Amino acid sequence: MNGFLELFADYDIFGAFWMNIRLTLLAAVGSFVLGTVLAIFRISPVGSLRGIGTAYVNTIRNTPLTIIMVLGVLAVWGQLKIEFFQDFDLNFFTYAVIALSLYHASFVCEAIRSGVNTVPLGQAEAARAIGLSFLPAARLVVLPQALRGAVTPLGNTLIALTKNTTVAAAASVAEASGLMKSMIEFNPDLMIYIFLTIAIGFCIIVIPMGILTTWLSDKLAVAR
Amino acid sequence: MSAQTSVLFDAPGPKARRNILISNAIALAVVLVVVILVLMQLDRQDQLAPDKWVNALNGNAWANYYLPGLQFTLQSSGIAVVTALVFGLVFGFLRLAPFAIIRGISGVIVEFFRAVPVLVMMFFLYFFFSRVVAPTGLIASADAAYYGVIVGLTVYNGAVIAELVRSGVKSLPKGQREAAAAVGMTGNQSLRLVEVPQALTAMLPSLLSQFVVILKDSALGYLIGFYELLQYSRQLGSGYSNILQTLVVAALIFIVINFILTWLATKLAGTLSSRTGGDTAPATSTTMVSTIEVAK
Repeated sequence: MNGFLELFADYDIFGAFWMNIRLTLLAAVGSFVLGTVLAIFRISPVGSLRGIGTAYVNTIRNTPLTIIMVLGVLAVWGQLKIEFFQDFDLNFFTYAVIALSLYHASFVCEAIRSGVNTVPLGQAEAARAIGLSFLPAARLVVLPQALRGAVTPLGNTLIALTKNTTVAAAASVAEASGLMKSMIEFNPDLMIYIFLTIAIGFCIIVIPMGILTTWLSDKLAVAR
Repeated sequence: MSAQTSVLFDAPGPKARRNILISNAIALAVVLVVVILVLMQLDRQDQLAPDKWVNALNGNAWANYYLPGLQFTLQSSGIAVVTALVFGLVFGFLRLAPFAIIRGISGVIVEFFRAVPVLVMMFFLYFFFSRVVAPTGLIASADAAYYGVIVGLTVYNGAVIAELVRSGVKSLPKGQREAAAAVGMTGNQSLRLVEVPQALTAMLPSLLSQFVVILKDSALGYLIGFYELLQYSRQLGSGYSNILQTLVVAALIFIVINFILTWLATKLAGTLSSRTGGDTAPATSTTMVSTIEVAK
């Protein structure tokens, strides 16, 4: 236990967790927007859009996030020389956010699609009966109900995203898992305490998100 | 699925058909433009050079890099599936135990392993195996990453499977338990002989999709220096400076394997649905890298 408290002074543990949280927030927005668009594609009457949505989801969902991250950093940045920012850290942070957004968008899309399945047939029929075409019907009738029905899978995706921000270590973003690695490297005798600190940090972030998800899905459930 | 989605819009009339045609054309044009832009960028950085692709696809690449890498990926995932299943069954049982204290403790352990990111677990286990276990001579220190990957995958996915077992038993119709009690079984017998076997049958598709998760997460071993498919592909790519090409091949190998597994899981769910009182649909939420479902 000797020297454990000094670790908090020597290493910016809270800063590292703040990095995970920032990655989570930005990638959550990115994946939600892209995932919703893909979900609309997948339920649209236009065949080619459905094809694009299905192809995207089946490809990305079956690819390890680590490969997407490494492809971004080693191939797109390293070989294709695509640079978002001059600043090294900011550039890799952007890469991490994009990789996380692209990956989790496929799960957001599937979550929303499963939410669409909870909307009874009559809702879409009623929307058509009052003369709404596909996009207004989707925007005004189907999606608002679908999103409420999709709270649980969306919440699970957000939780998975939070934990997956650690994979940004592959893009050398200074986040909690990478920090833990260097902390243990230099203080191997404290490894169990260091691990528990980081692990409990994630429990503190993740477990309330799960409870909130359950609470929200009960509260927002459409009474039928 | 298709029955549900198709009711979102009517059978198209002449106007709608024209709109669909126009939308198809626009979508196709956008896809073409994106493909051309990507190809142009690839060409500008000389990534379309034939030798880069040949070196990523020739016999040497497969025999010395992809196949050995794939072997370690499949081997570590395969072992992890079995150990995770054992871990999951044990903790699933414990979470259904008649004593509140056992339920509580196993519940805390399961929730902990589900909340901690697999990568954090793997980093810790890697150091644990290389600095604590290896010096005792139990394992070679070169194998630390291998064991780190297997144990890391086991505890996380085991915890997920424990939840699957528990929720599978909970979702069985009450009559199953009552019938077992009526023929004179104790609570434990009923669990062991009636409920868990049915829950397991119902779980099989979810287990298969959990295998997809394990396969994908095994790529995290790359970050602790485990020689699996991603690591080998990167190494091949650094050798011939065609890392983009080799990583794309590695990704395609993962996609094909996982696509087949997902397809099998859906097929299996259909055939098994008559064999149990519970729901056999593969839990879609478990097909992502790491999921946590909160106990109701």
